[in-house]
Amino acid sequence: MKLTIASGKGGTGKTTISTNLSSYISEIGSKVVLADLDVEEPNSALFLKNKLKNEEVFNKMVPNWESKDCILCGECAKVCAFNAIVALPSEILTFHQLCHSCYACSELCPTNSLPMKPTKIGEIKEFDSENFSFVEGRLDLGQEMAVPLIDGVIKYVEKRFKNHLMVFDAPPGTSCPVIEASKRSDFVILVTESTPFGLNDLKLAVETMRVLNQKFGVVINRHDIGDNGIQEYCLKENIPIITKIKNDKNIAKLYSKGELIYDKIEHFKNSLEEIVSFVGAIK
Amino acid sequence: MKEIVVISGKGGTGKTSLSASFAYLEGEKAVVCDCDVDAANMHLLLNANFENKEDFFSGEVALIDQEVCTNCGKCAEVCRFDAINIIDNQHVVDVISCEGCHYCSRVCPVEAIDMKTQKAGDVYISKIKNEAVMVHAKLGFGAENSGKLVARVKTLAKEVAKEKKKEFIITDGSPGIGCPVIASLGGASLVVLVTESTISGLHDLKRVLKLVKTFNLNAVCIINKYDLNPDMSRQIEDFLEDENIKVVGKLSYDENFTRALSQAKTIVEFDENSNLAKNIKNSWKNIKENLE
Repeated sequence: MKLTIASGKGGTGKTTISTNLSSYISEIGSKVVLADLDVEEPNSALFLKNKLKNEEVFNKMVPNWESKDCILCGECAKVCAFNAIVALPSEILTFHQLCHSCYACSELCPTNSLPMKPTKIGEIKEFDSENFSFVEGRLDLGQEMAVPLIDGVIKYVEKRFKNHLMVFDAPPGTSCPVIEASKRSDFVILVTESTPFGLNDLKLAVETMRVLNQKFGVVINRHDIGDNGIQEYCLKENIPIITKIKNDKNIAKLYSKGELIYDKIEHFKNSLEEIVSFVGAIK
Repeated sequence: MKEIVVISGKGGTGKTSLSASFAYLEGEKAVVCDCDVDAANMHLLLNANFENKEDFFSGEVALIDQEVCTNCGKCAEVCRFDAINIIDNQHVVDVISCEGCHYCSRVCPVEAIDMKTQKAGDVYISKIKNEAVMVHAKLGFGAENSGKLVARVKTLAKEVAKEKKKEFIITDGSPGIGCPVIASLGGASLVVLVTESTISGLHDLKRVLKLVKTFNLNAVCIINKYDLNPDMSRQIEDFLEDENIKVVGKLSYDENFTRALSQAKTIVEFDENSNLAKNIKNSWKNIKENLE
């Protein structure tokens, strides 16, 4: 089973829930792998005691110009939809940052002068955590495109952890990165907080999930501070509220130190139990 | 005219609450620019009226004309994004996976594939509660190119600021380190980094600061939830000192951030005389002093 933990708004507790839920589920007897798909700012690893097990460079394929046979016809620049190639009278310039790896320039070149070659955009690391496996993707600074790396991490996990519960910690927002992190999942948990910001961003996330035809439910964090907007919205829209987590400064304190929470705070553990029984992930 | 861009790397550090407070304090001298187009919500705090709207078009998707298509499969063969599926014996484009690269339409032997420009979102110029102007946007569901939408929002904000002779553009940046935040940073006079006293706050601050330095921009920092973890706050301050980044504000952990939000108020309106409000006013004063 694949479970994605997402949220429209950042800072709602997505990583806290992903890390604690993974640890809790593995403790009660299921095989779990957690993947941090927030490749722009991955920080699940800060909350886990990890031993590095495997490390891979993540490449994307980009065209590399070879001048030998090139007739400077300019077809490559013409077919590129992303302005990643400029054909000058005496040379071809390629801008790898803008390249989407569609291969059109390379394969439509009449002289095969633009072979596709790998270029590094990030890393995938696999760790053994205390009781479960953990995989993270980390985009190199200055790289703009997170989606290929997110896809790479998911494929890495799918290949190596077939019989595990796969928990994906998604990036924030509602655009392509979060779609990539959600579209192949069996269920998405949207983490929100009961403020107007939380509600606004939840509505966006819900509409994205509906476009994707994705099954989802809501976890309301810090539900007792703020207002009732989220509850009313979920009721009206017939969206299941999986659990409500209490506002608790002790959670913030433990989080600030990078510690797990459910083994120290009972009400938080109860909320995790509610998530587990809702998702039915446990055999 | 100076542009101040507020970013944080990590979400939930108080970036938007602070940007909105600065905008409220500056009033009619400022144009406010919400670059968090993925999950824009600053308009809630500033009571934007969504007065002027423009459509934003960006990116294309392939469309197969089933009348013309011979189901030869050439398109699916060249597509690197698994965006062409066979449904009921017909080749159909999955618009969410399609990246708009045109490859399929170029190789189709019977010219059955057209590229259609997509509406990717809306851009608004709004009046807000304190007589300031706000430029903001809403990204379409599942649309890509949020970097380009950010660039459009910024261009419009600059035009408005020039036309109305405003002193400041206050920009609420996007999260992360990818293309939207790179677009947010363009042309900044000063970057305000908002972090919080947590292990992930420091981690994300380090990454986002590296990005800021790549673009040779001046930056200052506000540490939120300063008293949550004194040891972490010290680590953050040491790091900033090494990096030569000035701390322009230290704010304590305060649930009034959330309470103000629930009443759709900026913190400086919510409880004007609180220590928190005073601290924020002071931070804004320090930021302005750092604008050369």
